[in-house]
Amino acid sequence: MAGPVRGAPVLAARGLVREFRGFRAVDGVDLDVAEGSVHALVGPNGAGKTTLFNLLTGFLKPTAGSVRLGPHELAGRSPEHVARLGLARSFQITSLFAELTPLQHVELALAGRTGLGWRFWRSDKALRRFSGRAAELLEQVGLDGHGTTPAGALAYGRKRALELALALALDPKVLLLDEPTAGMGVEDVDRTVRLIQRVRETGDRALTVVMVEHNMSVVSSLADRVTVLQQGRVLVEGPYAEIRHDPRVVTAYLGDSNAAH
Amino acid sequence: MLQQAFNGLVGGAFYALLALGLAVIFGMLGVVNFAHGAFYMLGAFGSYVLLDSWGVNFWVALPLVPVVLGVAGTVLERLFIRRLAPLDPLYNFLFTFGLALILQDLVKREYGVQSQPYPRPSALGGSVDLGLFTYPAYQVFVLAVSVVVCGAVWVVLTRTRVGMIVRAATERPELTRALGIDVARWVTPVFGFGIALAAFAGVLAAPMRAVNPLMGSDLIITVFAVVVIGGLGSVFGSVAAGFAVGIVSALGNYYVPSLSQTLVFILMAAVLLWRPAGLFGREEAL
Repeated sequence: MAGPVRGAPVLAARGLVREFRGFRAVDGVDLDVAEGSVHALVGPNGAGKTTLFNLLTGFLKPTAGSVRLGPHELAGRSPEHVARLGLARSFQITSLFAELTPLQHVELALAGRTGLGWRFWRSDKALRRFSGRAAELLEQVGLDGHGTTPAGALAYGRKRALELALALALDPKVLLLDEPTAGMGVEDVDRTVRLIQRVRETGDRALTVVMVEHNMSVVSSLADRVTVLQQGRVLVEGPYAEIRHDPRVVTAYLGDSNAAH
Repeated sequence: MLQQAFNGLVGGAFYALLALGLAVIFGMLGVVNFAHGAFYMLGAFGSYVLLDSWGVNFWVALPLVPVVLGVAGTVLERLFIRRLAPLDPLYNFLFTFGLALILQDLVKREYGVQSQPYPRPSALGGSVDLGLFTYPAYQVFVLAVSVVVCGAVWVVLTRTRVGMIVRAATERPELTRALGIDVARWVTPVFGFGIALAAFAGVLAAPMRAVNPLMGSDLIITVFAVVVIGGLGSVFGSVAAGFAVGIVSALGNYYVPSLSQTLVFILMAAVLLWRPAGLFGREEAL
């Protein structure tokens, strides 16, 4: 397990609130994610983890509060803008284009970032100039050799690896992973943990990762810091070793045996 | 028999052009555009008015009317459809449905319900010998130009960047945005383009069909059936189903005239029983 890293916060939320028709799904959350750290968001179902994710990435507009990524205020920006500023996300439910190949997926992601935007008539040859980088990214997530299979035909674990490659294609400052091991068997979970460790260490400096994760063994092997959410609020925050025995956390998880394994 | 099938292909060309516009709009915006038939009607009326009042001929109207109505479509999207989009989809159903009735009645008030004559362009007044039978040159032209337009759209969607973005945004809008691609920027041009296709079909229809305020609403119900048969949002499916439905209804008209109105819907029911997502739709999309 990596030691606690306390760099300056690269991603910081202050007083985030999101109401749905009077119900506060996220209710005044402060979050500081240190540069180069892996920060896990845990908590029972309905604690507001996914809502918080959507607030951070622009898929939901906060009712109140701010989100800063380095010098940029993110609250109120569109998802595509947030992504281009360097906050990349994966989705809880596998979300890929069934008919595109992994190579095409990554090329599309690379093209989106470079914002060739309006150049309409550029043929898909223009995308192919990214193919070198795309092949590299696929290799990084262990998908070399699967570059030309339609994504719809990939095995589940490989689909999730491809999603990771897509997020990495954005060359993010912070990577947000929404339940990266959801629905996986033990072997795939181990492989995914190793994969996340490996991709973090590939660049010049360690990539900052925020992840929602139910699987506590994954949290313990990856996370430097853990924020426990309950009913839309931060219940407790600290290194995994500290929070795991915190009586408040134990109580919060009672009745959610699902999450505690 | 062959001649009937050819009639069907020509009729199917209109279904295909209209269904193609509906499909790209539905795919990109998630809006079922009930005003689509009204823009087809406006396309035909636009070319009629241009000829009648200013003497502008068919060859000018064919590009001009779709461009003008396409631009009007982009304004419509900006002013109304975009604002209704975050609400329940029913709001845009009702809006486009109401708009269709308004446009139809405005034209009715000005020109009445009777059909207006529109001559064939003189260059296409004759017939063409197709080997097995001779056929009016204008109808051959309609078929050829529709196939070319549908083919061009297909190439743009599959071979260009904008096409890749439109297809990606249609299939997974959230993921596409998470990849940093500005989907909203393409919504307005795609809507305008869909409307322009409807107007184009309308201009093509003017010389061979009755130009009257109800021509759009008569046709659009069948076009909705075409879109459902092809698979909602499937571009390829809507074009293929357009031509197929054209042939089926032309043959039906000839052999079982009593069923001519219902045949398309029987076909739709049969297809849905067999493939609930339509011929080319993906089950997942439901």
